[in-house]
Amino acid sequence: MVLAWTVAIIILVAMIVYALLGGADFGAGVWDLLASGPRARKQRDLVALSIGPVWEANHVWLIVIVVILFTCFPPAFSVLMTALHVPVALALVGILARAASYVFRNYDVLGDKVQARWSLVFSVASIITPILLGVVVGAVSTGRIRVAPEENFRVLTGYFAPWVHPFPFAVGLFTLALFAFLAAVYMTRETADPALQEDFRNRALLAQGAVVVFGVIAAFVSRLGEHEPFHQTLLSGTWSWLFFAAACAAAIVSTALLVTRRYRLGRIVAGAEVTAVVAGWGVAQAPFFIAPDVTIENAVGPSVTLRLIVIILAVGSVTLLPSLYWLYRVFKREPAFEQMRRERTTGEL
Amino acid sequence: MGAGEGYPTPAGRPTCQMMDDILFARTQMGISLGFHIVFAAIGIAMPLLMVISEALWLKTKDREYLELTKAWAKGSAVLIAIGAASGTVLSFELGLLFPEFMKHAGGIIGIPFGLEGFAFFAEAIFIGIYLFGWNRVPPRWHLASGVIVAFAGALSAVFVITTNAWMNAPRGFRYENGEFSDIDPWVAMTTPYGVHEIIHMLVAAYLATGILVAAIHGFILLRHPESTVHRKAFGMAMAMAIPMAIVQPFVGDVASRQVARYQPLKLAAMESQYKTEARAPLRIGGFPSHEGRSTSYAIEIPGFLSFLAHGDADAVVRGLEEWPEEDWPPVVVHYAFQLMVALGLLMFALALWGGIHWVLKKRLPPSRAFLWCTVIAGPMGMAAIEFGWIVTEVGRQPWVIYEVMRTADAVTPMPGLITPLIVTCVVYAFLSVAVIVVLYRQVRIGPGIPPALRAQEA
Repeated sequence: MVLAWTVAIIILVAMIVYALLGGADFGAGVWDLLASGPRARKQRDLVALSIGPVWEANHVWLIVIVVILFTCFPPAFSVLMTALHVPVALALVGILARAASYVFRNYDVLGDKVQARWSLVFSVASIITPILLGVVVGAVSTGRIRVAPEENFRVLTGYFAPWVHPFPFAVGLFTLALFAFLAAVYMTRETADPALQEDFRNRALLAQGAVVVFGVIAAFVSRLGEHEPFHQTLLSGTWSWLFFAAACAAAIVSTALLVTRRYRLGRIVAGAEVTAVVAGWGVAQAPFFIAPDVTIENAVGPSVTLRLIVIILAVGSVTLLPSLYWLYRVFKREPAFEQMRRERTTGEL
Repeated sequence: MGAGEGYPTPAGRPTCQMMDDILFARTQMGISLGFHIVFAAIGIAMPLLMVISEALWLKTKDREYLELTKAWAKGSAVLIAIGAASGTVLSFELGLLFPEFMKHAGGIIGIPFGLEGFAFFAEAIFIGIYLFGWNRVPPRWHLASGVIVAFAGALSAVFVITTNAWMNAPRGFRYENGEFSDIDPWVAMTTPYGVHEIIHMLVAAYLATGILVAAIHGFILLRHPESTVHRKAFGMAMAMAIPMAIVQPFVGDVASRQVARYQPLKLAAMESQYKTEARAPLRIGGFPSHEGRSTSYAIEIPGFLSFLAHGDADAVVRGLEEWPEEDWPPVVVHYAFQLMVALGLLMFALALWGGIHWVLKKRLPPSRAFLWCTVIAGPMGMAAIEFGWIVTEVGRQPWVIYEVMRTADAVTPMPGLITPLIVTCVVYAFLSVAVIVVLYRQVRIGPGIPPALRAQEA
């Protein structure tokens, strides 16, 4: 069982990293849609160029999560894909549309009209996809998906009832707000132009407000869920309160840092805020994959497979983490936007 | 055993609708795979062309190689991104459409998927550095990033094909009364069926991409014969395609012998061999009929199938009649196989022409006829890949895990699968058109086109 919990924690860690990296790439799409003012064009270019080198790598964390889930907890994956077929399928359309429109926007002949059209697809897909991913996360916590583990994990509930409900959508909007917040905070460190920094500082503060509003809404509607233990642990468990306190503290500090324009530290604390939120969800959710019938212990796959996966992850990390470090060092250590934009106009990029 | 047996049915759902849903699910999976495989093949082979061109730029300092590398990199960026996204769709779709399959297969054959995740990770990291790092990392490191992308792309394919090989020749578990036990993922992922599948597909990817790229540059050369950039591009792409096209029929021969050994029923369907007989003939063309249990209008070469399958013209080849009809794969397997072989042989002929000329005269045939033939052959490689996967996958039916689990027993209990199928068709049709338009416009403003034309486009 130690093995099963180890792998479950790895999945949670991968989810946190995906939220921090892939989430911010989705959030960037929000600011593409909401680009405005005299620097609207520049804001869009900043969005495009800052996610350009990293979005493929950031996206892989989602694959990592899915693959570990279906390899180590196969019934959990099957139940998830059966009960939540509709939102997952829609999220996939979003992922496909986002990727395609992003590269079309970036690599098609630079004509303003065509670019604006792809830009619109990109931003709409970037908004819908995280909402749906949030809906999936919310749905596994509500307790509205019922399963019969003793009957080969047969799904007992329908294909809409588990997720067409206030709580999953509250989580969806909360997720979107978090991602948009992260993206805006990151953007302040992508450019050296103070005016552009100011634009994204204001956007980050606005998104922080949305995070608080949707966070409170989600906490309230979690009571509507049929799964008592979840909202109880979410709202009253000791560990939950610890993570909740950490998230609140990080939110206050990150707001203060944004107000005083200390972006370098702001980026780190904003990341801590999101980490605390996702980790807190994970702690409240444990030991369930899909509350209340599918747990870490009853859905676990063959232990020989789990052991192999842990070994592979350990060995793989040795080569992969330095590569990831190099990627972020090359592109994210210092603001690179101005130089990249120049390279783009001269056709070097 | 009826197709619906063991199928998790909500009460009161009619059987014919279930059969339709199974067909819809299979079609959706087929379309998703058919779409993804083109981008996957390009993702394997295009980075190799890219790094060869970049290495030549670093070595010769001829700026045309740099221009070409950048043009190819831009095209690859689009194609690889779509390949990555459509691959993501596939990994979820396995669960969305066939949750019963994943419930059991996940624990047995998930490991290669995990390894593929690592290869994909490496590919994604270094493609970012490659595309955006021209002025940010030293030239050698930039080239090395490209090499990693090329290598990781091929490695991804190796792992994914390993899982497919396991579905065709499953092992590494014991299956009794619907229960899987004694699971050994290592035995599962080293199924001997993987070797020929992997080699056949990797060769196909380099061949199909090479000939497609050569056709595009060949087409431009026909209109602008003086363009040295396109001459270089054509040469490099053909240098990749020609050896692959020459090797491929022999790899295919090995593959068919493996099919004969592990899936004799599939071989019988491919060759539409209804009767078990010694000196079985090789049929070229023809229209098989499951009802009439015969193939009409085929050209038959006596004993040749026995020879190809078992290395002996007098060997006995088992016909479809040996298996219950409900286990027979659809007749489309026969047509797809014939088309794949025909296209492979056409490309083989073209490669011989180019290859012999190159060996004798140290250059490709300079004639317009050769360029035209290459342009016509351009889409053949990709078409052959599609037909090949139809043979592999439709030929595996009605099983999802060969002779262990039926596709019908793996499909999702969700009704109304026509809706996701229609959405899939619309999305992929739209994406296909968009990709072609974007790439066409890229080529129009690419290197080697007279500035007048470029101005027109801008």
